[in-house]
Amino acid sequence: MPEAPGVVFQRYLKGGELWLQQCDGCARQIFYPRTLCPYCGGNRLQWRRASGAGTVYSTTVVRQRPERGGDYNVAIIELAEGARLLSRVEGIAAESVRIDMKVQVVIRAGTDAQLVVFEPTQSVGV
Amino acid sequence: MSRETLRGAVSCAGIGLAGIGAAPGYSHLDLLGLAVHAALEDAGLSLRDVDGLFTANMANILPTLTTAEYLGIRPVVAVGTNTGGNYFVDHLQWAAQALHARLCDVALICYGSNQRTGKSAPPDPPPYETPYQPRDPISSYALAAARHMHVYGTTRRQLACVAVAARQWAQRNPLAFARDPLSVEDVLASRMICDPISLLDCCLVTDGAGAVVLVRAERASHQRQTPVYLLGCASAQTHRQISQMPDLTVTAAAQSGPRAFAQAGLTPADIDVVQLYDAFTINVLLFLEDLGFCKKGEAGALVEGGAIAPGGALPVNTNGGGLSCVHPGMYGIFTIIEAVEQLRGTAGERQVLGAQTALVHGNGGMLSAQSTAVFGTAAVL
Repeated sequence: MPEAPGVVFQRYLKGGELWLQQCDGCARQIFYPRTLCPYCGGNRLQWRRASGAGTVYSTTVVRQRPERGGDYNVAIIELAEGARLLSRVEGIAAESVRIDMKVQVVIRAGTDAQLVVFEPTQSVGV
Repeated sequence: MSRETLRGAVSCAGIGLAGIGAAPGYSHLDLLGLAVHAALEDAGLSLRDVDGLFTANMANILPTLTTAEYLGIRPVVAVGTNTGGNYFVDHLQWAAQALHARLCDVALICYGSNQRTGKSAPPDPPPYETPYQPRDPISSYALAAARHMHVYGTTRRQLACVAVAARQWAQRNPLAFARDPLSVEDVLASRMICDPISLLDCCLVTDGAGAVVLVRAERASHQRQTPVYLLGCASAQTHRQISQMPDLTVTAAAQSGPRAFAQAGLTPADIDVVQLYDAFTINVLLFLEDLGFCKKGEAGALVEGGAIAPGGALPVNTNGGGLSCVHPGMYGIFTIIEAVEQLRGTAGERQVLGAQTALVHGNGGMLSAQSTAVFGTAAVL
């Protein structure tokens, strides 16, 4: 058996890079990693490095008391190549994240695995 | 369901409710048992008559086994599909198919939960979303609401009007859990949970159970209660996790609704009373649009104009809904029960006068699975 899709994904993240699968059959970028294409059913999937550029598709602020860690952002990011993933935008206040804001990927070390998060590519208000 | 064979083929013979609000000490099965007993008594039938069981829950991985054992029945048809809170409406079509094919004679759809007073574990966490700590289900619905506001200019005030309309209906329902006066300002001032969803945009967390008994329509003349006929039922699904939803402003109700209407031979304009799964205020706007009661993006204005509240042109969630009547983890069964009450004409102070047709709509997961059913009285068969 070849290396499992989830394992390959994490291996690239550990190297500080975001790689996702792209379908040979329909050319769609795929997230999350799988063994077949959810758009056309094909199984010839190629790993490609994502540009890391994305746009905020939707955003929310999870409200939390300061003593429990305070408010934080949860957002859906649409990558330039098309896939969407749940993530968060860091580097600005949670409530300053806006739909359509341009963001860029940052790989962070999480508790169990690497985390894909995003930072604004433009300063707030521009 | 196909229109030719199943429109009007089965009718609802009995409904039952139990433990609405808080029922300390009762297990989910205890509450389910009470509701089932009430529904069978309502139908003039007994547990011995039940040979089709349709049930699921968040506690039992083998729900039809656990439930049948508790009830002491040995069904020959047992369906436990679980797509979240819509499944009760989805099960209507499988119950209708099984009855029509004479695989069973008395179908029981039932659910119980002690979510308010008992302990419940969250379902399997989606591995690619959980690390970002969404406070689900609230965060997912907040993301949908934020996108709807961005694309269509929907306002928090419009969302608040959904909660206020539900409360106004609940004040006409003695069983409803939350009946205190509620204003738009109260909703807007309530604590923010996940922007733009505040505390009073969220459904209740209650205990509660419901049961529905279905039989073939040929038995209708022998029924104890006024028969209410199933005219159409369809389901559709798009995703499991919110990030995989194709368009956050369009749910699969846009597929299930037209299919259910086509089977029923009716259109949204023909519907007298509507029951929509209102886990959050945004749900009602999305479903009004996707089911064709207004154009996409216009539900906010419709609701703000008072259409869905008591006295409005389109009565929605006449029991008070999940927002003000009852919401024990999954709400779908209660949409069916309230529709049947309305079509029997037994809904008391909240009765929609002359109601002959009802639409019920169930939602499951993170806006993931949608089921629509249309019911009617003998007058529209």
